[in-house]
Amino acid sequence: MKFTEEHEWLRPEDDVIVVGITEHAAEQLGDIVFVELPEVGTEVSKDDECVVIESVKAASDILAPIDGEIVEVNEVLIDNPAKVNDDPMGDAWFFKIKPADASQLDDYMSEAEYKDMIS
Amino acid sequence: MTALLQTPLHALHLELGARMVAFAGYEMPVQYPAGVMKEHLHTREAAGLFDVSHMGQVILRGESYEAVALALEALVPVDVAGLKPGRQRYGFFTNDAGGLRDDLMLANRGDHLFLVVNAACKQDDLAHLVAHLKDVTIEPVTDRALLALQGPEAEAVLSALAPEVAAMKFMDVITTTILGAEAWVSRSGYTGEDGFEISVPEAGAEALARALLEDDRVLPVGLGARDSLRLEAGLCLYGHDIDTATSPVEAALTWAIQKVRRSDGARAGGFPGAERILSEIHNGAERRRVGLRPEGRAPMREGTPLYAGETGGDPVGEVTSGAFGPTLGAPMSMGYLPSELAASGTKVWGEVRGKRLPATVADLPFVPARFKR
Repeated sequence: MKFTEEHEWLRPEDDVIVVGITEHAAEQLGDIVFVELPEVGTEVSKDDECVVIESVKAASDILAPIDGEIVEVNEVLIDNPAKVNDDPMGDAWFFKIKPADASQLDDYMSEAEYKDMIS
Repeated sequence: MTALLQTPLHALHLELGARMVAFAGYEMPVQYPAGVMKEHLHTREAAGLFDVSHMGQVILRGESYEAVALALEALVPVDVAGLKPGRQRYGFFTNDAGGLRDDLMLANRGDHLFLVVNAACKQDDLAHLVAHLKDVTIEPVTDRALLALQGPEAEAVLSALAPEVAAMKFMDVITTTILGAEAWVSRSGYTGEDGFEISVPEAGAEALARALLEDDRVLPVGLGARDSLRLEAGLCLYGHDIDTATSPVEAALTWAIQKVRRSDGARAGGFPGAERILSEIHNGAERRRVGLRPEGRAPMREGTPLYAGETGGDPVGEVTSGAFGPTLGAPMSMGYLPSELAASGTKVWGEVRGKRLPATVADLPFVPARFKR
């Protein structure tokens, strides 16, 4: 599992990468009330705005961590955005992306490095 | 940058685990560990305790209450002289252009007039009062905290410490003793719920807050939920929904200008901007503050441009407050629209992240008020 400076986690699962936000990020955002997901089949480039999250405080974007194709989105979050606060590291993943170049993952942090960053 | 001021409850906020932010020059709790959503819902279901000590408290004294009230009427389009002892009402300072300098609460406390003004405006308000009121002593109250206890259980909680508050009605004010300290209590608030605002000496503020929080029905509530509660209640936030460029008629606050101050009233006009404001009361204003219910779940936040159609055209208005309403269970906004688009049920579009999303003009408040009349 890898972590980005934008507080996303990336978990390889077969030939795709599952993307969500960390517990730290969910806590900082506060209660999440709205999630907008990309369409399945969208080709994204690294740093494209991919997901919009609105919390009781403000709107935030989630950026595509790597180049690739969105192959699945977690539609449960559309009707139940609060799930992101309840289980950010588990059931409340946002999308699965098929990497164009899996080596882009190597640039990201390990869990230990991420924990260092937020501590 | 100057250092942030702290309220007498600062140490308690930190002890309770509050996340502190800068607000109107003060370091204030935006939320506690429960979070904005729970704090909001708890206030509507039981009771929430708010520290509003950053707000300005001012005493005006003169020869008599009536003399002071008549002097103040030169600055506010409100019937101050007709306010009975032990009663409070909402009002605002206007400017020469008919805009709003600040909104405030005015109370007749027998031999004097007591004002509560916005934190961000209080220095300007004091200067304004000093510059314009003759034969009136202006006393900024700087040694008292202000706490708000809001929600359906507020009466039961507070009357355990001060039984006499149970007999108060909405907008009553009394002086009483709570935990040995002189408390100035009003039955009012900024949430749409029944509740009280309690001015107490700084030295006794923490003891009072702790005594209230000891009751299981009370949760501490920060500025985050204060904002979503007041928006659900359709109440204006100064500097956002109303400002120096907004007239009270545009802001749909005409109800706060009593008949006696309107054209043909016994004390008609005589306040800054009277010409424009009285004319707008008769002829209507070009734009009006409205409630908006966006379709879907995406909040339309402050600054969202509003359009009359789904495509083309220039913006016809703008959102001035917008959030997700925890009790409403849906997004809600307030904003300004041309009067011809301001009727409830009118469909408009707000541009969110480059997309025009539909919203419907809705009656305010979004959540019905539950004052004890």
